[in-house]
Amino acid sequence: MKKRFSPALAGIVAALVLVPGLAIAEESGHHEIPRQPWSFSGFTGQFDKAQLQRGFQVYKEVCSNCHGLKRIAFRNLVQPGGPQFPEAAVKALAAEWPNKITDGPNDQGKMFERPARLSDPILGPYKNDEEARAAQNGALPPDLSLMARARDVERESPWYIHPFLMLGDILKGYQEGGADYIYALMTGFKDPPAGFHMVDGKFYNTAFPGHQISMPPPLSDGAVPYQDGTPQKLDNYAHDVAAFLSWAADPSLDQRKRIGWQVILYLIVTTGLLYIGKRRIWSAIKH
Amino acid sequence: MSGHTSTYEPTSRWGKWFDERLPIARVMHGQFVDFPTPRNLNYLWTFGGILTFILGAQIITGVVLAMHYQPSAAGAFDSIEQIRRDVNYGWMIRNFHAVGASMFFFAVYIHIFRGLYYGSYKAPREVLWILGVIIMLLMMATAFMGYSLPWGQMSFWGVTVITNLFSALDTIINGLGTAIVEWLWGGYSVSGTTLNRFFSLHYLLPFVLAGVVGLHLWALHTAGQNNPTGLDLKEPSDSVPMHPYATSKDAVGLFAFLILFAWFVFFVPDYLGHADNYIEANPLVTPPHIVPEWYFLPFYAILRSFTSTFLWVIPLGQYAKLCGVLAMFSAVLIIAFVPWLDTSRVRSSKYRPIFKWFFWFFVFTCLALGYLGSMPAEGVYVMWAQIFTVCYFLFFLVAMPIIGLIETPKKLPRSITDSVLGGSTAMPNGAAASPEKR
Repeated sequence: MKKRFSPALAGIVAALVLVPGLAIAEESGHHEIPRQPWSFSGFTGQFDKAQLQRGFQVYKEVCSNCHGLKRIAFRNLVQPGGPQFPEAAVKALAAEWPNKITDGPNDQGKMFERPARLSDPILGPYKNDEEARAAQNGALPPDLSLMARARDVERESPWYIHPFLMLGDILKGYQEGGADYIYALMTGFKDPPAGFHMVDGKFYNTAFPGHQISMPPPLSDGAVPYQDGTPQKLDNYAHDVAAFLSWAADPSLDQRKRIGWQVILYLIVTTGLLYIGKRRIWSAIKH
Repeated sequence: MSGHTSTYEPTSRWGKWFDERLPIARVMHGQFVDFPTPRNLNYLWTFGGILTFILGAQIITGVVLAMHYQPSAAGAFDSIEQIRRDVNYGWMIRNFHAVGASMFFFAVYIHIFRGLYYGSYKAPREVLWILGVIIMLLMMATAFMGYSLPWGQMSFWGVTVITNLFSALDTIINGLGTAIVEWLWGGYSVSGTTLNRFFSLHYLLPFVLAGVVGLHLWALHTAGQNNPTGLDLKEPSDSVPMHPYATSKDAVGLFAFLILFAWFVFFVPDYLGHADNYIEANPLVTPPHIVPEWYFLPFYAILRSFTSTFLWVIPLGQYAKLCGVLAMFSAVLIIAFVPWLDTSRVRSSKYRPIFKWFFWFFVFTCLALGYLGSMPAEGVYVMWAQIFTVCYFLFFLVAMPIIGLIETPKKLPRSITDSVLGGSTAMPNGAAASPEKR
């Protein structure tokens, strides 16, 4: 009975495995966003302090003209695991930050504006979305605090390869889709291909969904004067600001991975000891 | 609690005094120390303990998160970010809870497939099995409502899509579906009111779940555990006391599982989620692909596979959505009927040469439906989702009853002890594994 059934079943399974794969494989051919090497990638990666500092400089001098960073407070820039600027410098930076904090009411019952302190959030230039849209031709520059986690890169792959790519990403600890996307967006401003219909006031970008973005190309070679001798190239700016935004979206990354290793090692050792114990307990009993 | 009597004897005077008034130590000792467990259990039997641990861990992390979480449309998203950024080790507790939900389903699916493979649903364990299906339903409801709480884009739109399923009832009685949906929402759209009630239920259901788990354990300890041979415990040498034997094995299984758990918590906490859920909920912007969490994908694929024409020829027309909804709920509920759908007298697939093949094809079907559920519902994906949906139901409705009737099982060992020690005497072909008479 078994002999007759097995080959038939194997055939059915094989057909079901192969046919959809071939059918789906034909349909891909989509533009894919390449992965970048990041200091914080994988399960061992940590942020590079100097890169975060340069990335903040790019944010401050370019991005902050339109975008806020409201979930990051100035004090976060001092904390370990981040850009770790000296406290005095950040205090001065907060006091000079052009976008003031609305506070109050004071003893006259009026709201007032005051300079930011260490505990205040890093605000963008607009008080609300409506003001931003009015100033930006209807487009809304989003807050950047979570941008590196709120974007991801879809991988196009035939279904029979898909599980292996997923497994590979889990084992490598790949979580940098958002940073890859930001890099691709920053470097993706190109002339539209012939015959591509552009809406007025939009810019062509290879990474942006739909390829038409309201943001003009924000970065170009030499736009931000680096102090530490890093070449002032678009490529570096894009990498640095993507790294900085990755930290802004996940400020506990360094600590998380450090504790993670301690936990994993503890669990591996304990599992080993428990296994030895279990072997001794069961040694007299065949099972 | 069950057939097994405890051998507990209190040694201290205080112990004797207490035991005469509340014999809780006696019951615990009988159920969890010297309870007879089959000697041949493999590591797949450690998932019961793993699941109990995860339920406890989810309740503890959940209670802590609820201390910092604000269940309102205006405050929910910000409060989650505050937990991640400003609460001491809040990122860890939050990751533990979010990843924990995925681990819960991962473990429960292994637990269910193990039950299917070794025939753990057969007499006398039908009630135990049905309680398990109720636990899975409660888990699904709890996880669905929990996913709405961060109030990100995927939370909001997931709630919108799933609650809207009930509007399919409008095709039977006009207005009924809409009335139910508005009653669920507490308004005319998904709003902060919906979030509040989901939070309330999300806090309540885990305790209901814990109660049903208690019944599940009670039923388990009444019928006794199944084992890889599917044979009943017949002689004393078939079993070992639960402690230290089963407990030491459970501990190894649990800690090995925790390695996987910790890997996700600390290294890839976002991997099982969606980037869109880091965007605050916006009723005016629909995400391009609304996808549920991975553990719902097979059922989501079944739901979406019912289009106006099913499998090229079957016209469903306006009833397509209703059929999809009914099929999705049936896909879960049908599992409760497995004890009566399976006609075989042999429990374990180890001795069922034909059913074994169908079991593994069923596993493949579920994985395929999961993959198709994650893909956009268009073109070739819809067709394959339809084919695998049919395969899913054929497994229960056709394969299970028929194979049990036509299959000749392999020779069963005389007892668990014989199967372990390689005893030469075997039962006659196709002998029944009838329930032991106590």
